[in-house]
Amino acid sequence: MIEWLSFVVISAGVFFFIAGTVGLIRFPDAYSRLHAITKADTLGLGLVIFGLIMQADSLRNVIVMLSIWLLMMASAATACQLLARYQQQSDKEMQRDD
Amino acid sequence: MTDWLFDGVLVSLLLALAIASIFTKHLFNSIMLYIAFGLLLAITWARLGAVDLALAEAAIGAGITGVLLLSAYAQSNSDNDQLQKRQMPWLAFAFLILILIWLIQAVWSLAGHSTTLIDLSQQALPESGVSHPTTAVLLNFRAWDTLLELGVLLLAFLGARQLAIQPYKLPTSWPLLTVWSQILAPIIVVVGGYILWRGTSAPGGAFQAGALLAAGAILLRLTQIIPPLSWHSLWLRGLVLMGVSLFILVAAATAFWGDAWLQYPLAFNGLLIFSIEIAATLSIAATLTWLVVGERRTLHP
Repeated sequence: MIEWLSFVVISAGVFFFIAGTVGLIRFPDAYSRLHAITKADTLGLGLVIFGLIMQADSLRNVIVMLSIWLLMMASAATACQLLARYQQQSDKEMQRDD
Repeated sequence: MTDWLFDGVLVSLLLALAIASIFTKHLFNSIMLYIAFGLLLAITWARLGAVDLALAEAAIGAGITGVLLLSAYAQSNSDNDQLQKRQMPWLAFAFLILILIWLIQAVWSLAGHSTTLIDLSQQALPESGVSHPTTAVLLNFRAWDTLLELGVLLLAFLGARQLAIQPYKLPTSWPLLTVWSQILAPIIVVVGGYILWRGTSAPGGAFQAGALLAAGAILLRLTQIIPPLSWHSLWLRGLVLMGVSLFILVAAATAFWGDAWLQYPLAFNGLLIFSIEIAATLSIAATLTWLVVGERRTLHP
């Protein structure tokens, strides 16, 4: 039972990864691409880790996986902000040049 | 079946990324593909059970080398430089084929070979002072190689110091990045220390820990939390030279009082290995940090 549940949750996570990748390739500008790819980093990874936690055999593994997710989430959010701000700056410079 | 699928995908991705990284027109894309290649290579090593190599590849091959390439890219600002120029690709190709044949021969001969070396190192493991075979080989049985590796790193550092590079302006740091670096820095120090300490009994060691610490220091420098790293500072000089000098000191001492160069006395070998590893970690961290964000001399016209 719990294995099936974990399978479903991990599949949902994989779906977000695929959707994020498709978005990264297909979306028109940097902001919407960032929006797509950060969903994979946060929600996709979160669901995969949540699914793996259901099958974890020790508390240590659970804590390790959760801390990986937290670190990844904070890094992804920071990196996304950096990229978006960089894009905003270069957009402004482009407008000034026109 | 699933193993084959996973390995097949991994190997074909590796090949595709390697080829794409070489043949992409724009240098920036090349660097990005190369970093992705390094990460997949790390997964491949982990898959082969070589966790030490996987850690080193992820931290140094993909991480620090990627950052070094990116900072070199930022310094080459003419558009002409940023397109890859290819001259005589066939010559390079023929050369690569020769190396490939040579490598395949070397690997092929390993397959049928008796494993005397492995047996020997396993037998000698209790006397090495550490319980992890890779560390025993790197810092005891073949300590000479590691000493030379540190020497190579020092030479690279001295070479890079001779280059007068156009300094590029660091962007002003954003509050979010500053705060995140401040949170991340202590975590990196703890994880780096843990990987170093773990190296005596499990995968991990000086190079991986050094690369991690360097990553933390680079982040702190980029957000201007730590002051500029100038070669005039005695601290930096001490840190960079520490690993090689302690190693050479130990080698000379063992040659003078002991049996042979780098033949550690049995009573102290664990302690000696660990001290060398600590010194090497700090040296590697300082060297790599300086290579990426160090203050360079600028040429005065």
